[in-house]
Amino acid sequence: MSLVARHLEAAGLPTVVVGSARDIVEECGVPRFVFSDFPLGNPCGVPEDRAMQRSIAGIALDLLESAVHPRTTVQTPFVWSEDESWKDAYARVDESNREALRRQGEARRAAQARMQSQQ
Amino acid sequence: MTTTHRSFVSYIDRTRDYYAAQGYERPYAWARHTEAPFTPLPRPLAECRVGVVTTASPWREGESVDGVLRGTKTVYSLPAEPLPEKLYTDDLSWDKETTHTRDVPSFLPLPQLAAFAAEGRIAAAPIRFHGVPTDYSQRRTREQDAPEILARLREDEADVALLVPL
Repeated sequence: MSLVARHLEAAGLPTVVVGSARDIVEECGVPRFVFSDFPLGNPCGVPEDRAMQRSIAGIALDLLESAVHPRTTVQTPFVWSEDESWKDAYARVDESNREALRRQGEARRAAQARMQSQQ
Repeated sequence: MTTTHRSFVSYIDRTRDYYAAQGYERPYAWARHTEAPFTPLPRPLAECRVGVVTTASPWREGESVDGVLRGTKTVYSLPAEPLPEKLYTDDLSWDKETTHTRDVPSFLPLPQLAAFAAEGRIAAAPIRFHGVPTDYSQRRTREQDAPEILARLREDEADVALLVPL
């Protein structure tokens, strides 16, 4: 999506990316970025929290008005939860799942090879 | 409050190690630029029509979840009203252990923008929204999907766009 932002902006259409994968967006480099330090999936706010969702959309509109340089990132003030264990748990690799992940990779490659041979 | 480590997740590091554990030896090379384009607002925001782009797909029943889908997705557009009750997101790499995507406004800000339009903060909320695949191929995104999204936003006469990746 960051590449889309760059394309639109270069063609004269101002953009703002609203997301939670901070390193991916900032390494790509976008004109404007509203970052919430949330698990991936709900960049516009916690499910059902209408006040927060309105606030985050409002921050994105504010940033369209206020940014004067590209690569402007604004971090929203919201915290997903006091418990931050989701940060360590995402895509974790350890002894408990290493073998399962290896098998999963093999199965996916086999599925992709089957799809390719059918085309 | 203090910290001894970066407090936000590095998805580049995490996915590299995760896919390596699955036997993918060559890590994905993410796009990286030192410069970024910039276009100032063409007119006051209250006079701007706003477009919205998502990485979610139209709902589909019973699709398998293994990432094999990705190459088959294309740019699409759907009406903003009524808000879709659900969109297909199972193939995307959001945090399925921590959260869910059953609440569409949590990743597609259409009701929020409709409210801002009603209040005069923006000229108009989108009458339709657009979806773009999260393609493995950056070339396909740059040369095919991004130009298609631009063409559709221009058809809508959008002045600015909110881009919301899951």
